Amino acid sequence: MKAYQRKLDIRNGCVDLSHGSGGRAMAQLISGLFHEAFGNEWLARGNDQSAFDVGAGRMVMTTDGYVVSPLFFPGGNIGSLAVHGTVNDIAVAGARPLYLSASFIIEEGFRFADLKMIAESMGEAARTAGVHIVTGDTKVVERGKADGLFISTAGVGVVPHGLDLSAENARVGDRVLISGTLGDHGVAIMSKRQNLAFETEIVSDSAALNDLVAKMVEAGGRGIRLMRDPTRGGLAATLNEIAQQSDLGFHLREEAIPVKPGVAAACELLGLDPLHVANEGKLVAIVAPENAAAVLAAMRAHPLGRDAADIGEAVADDHHFVQMATSFGGGRIVDWLSGEQLPRIC
Amino acid sequence: MKYADEFRDKEIALGLAKAIRAAADPQKHYRFMEFCGGHTHAISRYGLEDMLPKNVRMIHGPGCPVCVLPAGRIDMAIRLAERPDVILCVYGDLMRVPGSPGASLLKAKARGADIRMVYSTIDAIRIAEDNPGREVVFFAIGFETTTPPTAVMIRLAEKKQLENFTVFCNHVLTPPAMQNILESPDIRNVGRVEIDGFVGPAHVSTIIGTAPYEFFAEEFGKPVVIAGFEPLDMMQAILMLVRQVNEDRHEVENQYSRAVNRDGNLRAKEEVSDIFELRDQFEWRGLGQVPYSGLKLKRVYAIYDAEVRFDMHELRVDDNPACECGAILRGVKKPVDCKLFGTVCTPETPMGSCMVSSEGACAAHWTYGRFRDHQQRRVS
Repeated sequence: MKAYQRKLDIRNGCVDLSHGSGGRAMAQLISGLFHEAFGNEWLARGNDQSAFDVGAGRMVMTTDGYVVSPLFFPGGNIGSLAVHGTVNDIAVAGARPLYLSASFIIEEGFRFADLKMIAESMGEAARTAGVHIVTGDTKVVERGKADGLFISTAGVGVVPHGLDLSAENARVGDRVLISGTLGDHGVAIMSKRQNLAFETEIVSDSAALNDLVAKMVEAGGRGIRLMRDPTRGGLAATLNEIAQQSDLGFHLREEAIPVKPGVAAACELLGLDPLHVANEGKLVAIVAPENAAAVLAAMRAHPLGRDAADIGEAVADDHHFVQMATSFGGGRIVDWLSGEQLPRIC
Repeated sequence: MKYADEFRDKEIALGLAKAIRAAADPQKHYRFMEFCGGHTHAISRYGLEDMLPKNVRMIHGPGCPVCVLPAGRIDMAIRLAERPDVILCVYGDLMRVPGSPGASLLKAKARGADIRMVYSTIDAIRIAEDNPGREVVFFAIGFETTTPPTAVMIRLAEKKQLENFTVFCNHVLTPPAMQNILESPDIRNVGRVEIDGFVGPAHVSTIIGTAPYEFFAEEFGKPVVIAGFEPLDMMQAILMLVRQVNEDRHEVENQYSRAVNRDGNLRAKEEVSDIFELRDQFEWRGLGQVPYSGLKLKRVYAIYDAEVRFDMHELRVDDNPACECGAILRGVKKPVDCKLFGTVCTPETPMGSCMVSSEGACAAHWTYGRFRDHQQRRVS
């Protein structure tokens, strides 16, 4: 006997309230669309949860909600972003990400075709990153209540014993390394905003960084004090956060900070500072000076770290200022972003 | 980045810094006011202060239209936006400008007022077309640079026969404010600092030209150098001002000749004078009432004037008495001299005009330059 009388009409159909009601329609959506895209042994068992072994080490756990607008942007969509973001939050602990959950809040009327594309991107992003989406949830809300689709993912990973990356490890003299050009994601999103559309060749840098991190840890070991991924608020927010948590300050050299010309031009036009613009495939690492060269070389040898750079150092500073020598020759602070310049960037 | 990096070249900057050091007479003090927020931002963003000799000091003027918008005008806009039939279209940087204590457009929006952030005047027209049953009001603000786009928008609304579209006009003028800084009666209250010259507006001057400053230079005996917003423009303008002071000249010089001429943009000026007329006076946050410094729509365009259509009444909100913006805008005090600076007044919760936008004197100092306060303290 067939499980369902009619196949999901992916091409023309759309989500309605019955797809969130717990009935047959919901079961069909989950198996026909999500399981299809994520395909793995845990989901196939169809339990309310998944059980798995995690091996030796300490467990790392994180969660993140995704409300990006627009849902599709150059270089990715909300689905790939929801995998990359959570994978990266685990990876920057020096951990190996293993399993993810995915929860979908869908607005009625959302096209199956779009949902399928998003789910497939998630599946592909997970496979590339070597993680499995092993549990999930689907809710459908009335029109106008969710702006299309919100996704929430959580993830677990394992970090080897002895590796404890954290802000309090940073010391005066440590080097500040970044893995590549800043601001690509934010500018790619902005270029597609309805009332702001401009032409640019910039695509989002959204990518899973766990492989890059593994190579860095291999090269730098405990010389890596901590890592973060500078998402909302950009590098400026991340370094200010670290400065406060580590009771230090930073001195940066603007000339050393890589920014693509297209990103610089878009920021110029919109009055933004690339240091405040979001990234989704970059990390900043605070590394002991004696390990910095080896870590930087490992980063540059990796496709996601080709443009990696040493941009400055940690200094003693009771005020926790992030200061920068401008490429013009003067000095300035790199402060937190104030105000809400770019809502719903991720 | 082409057409930008050329004006940010470090080597040329160092050369200009050297020339300024050589030209500045160590026996003299040079106090120059850059009127525009764009200049203030460039000074802070590129760390220009570090490149000037100690006796050349920049005073940050009131030339940021968002900063000088008085709290009462924000309250008027909030009251308007709270009407259920109104959609208020504003530029994003207005959202956090404080009105009366605790009020801002951002908070009004959170409470349910239909306030939409737009990036150009055309967006507002589009919203009016898409919402024929609602009253769409554009919150027009800015100096002479942004007035022509508002004029064009009114022409467009006229052409499209849009009946649900009006403008809440807050356009202000540069020369009357510059004059006010030198001769307002308020100076008796806040004291004054001698200003030895002005860096004149960049974008404003592309519209009005250099001629309007000639009277000013002559009458007040102050040199004016019109400068672009790039850091090299600023450095060159400062050198030109130092030379004028040394030679006891007070002329209008044009450093920004790649964009500005004597007469300005005639077409734009014509459009503006067709549609707008002078208000007798207009309130500036930090400066108070400044005669003939604001524009309103002419009576023939009253159907596009939100103040007329919605019978809006002027609201007055007193600035916080501890706020030193008035003195800071005139160069009498520095941001750190204000008790509110960095304590209750920060870019997240601005109290006074100078903290409102990143182009304001206090916000620029807080965001980019406050590390210098601690350096100085450590030295002394």
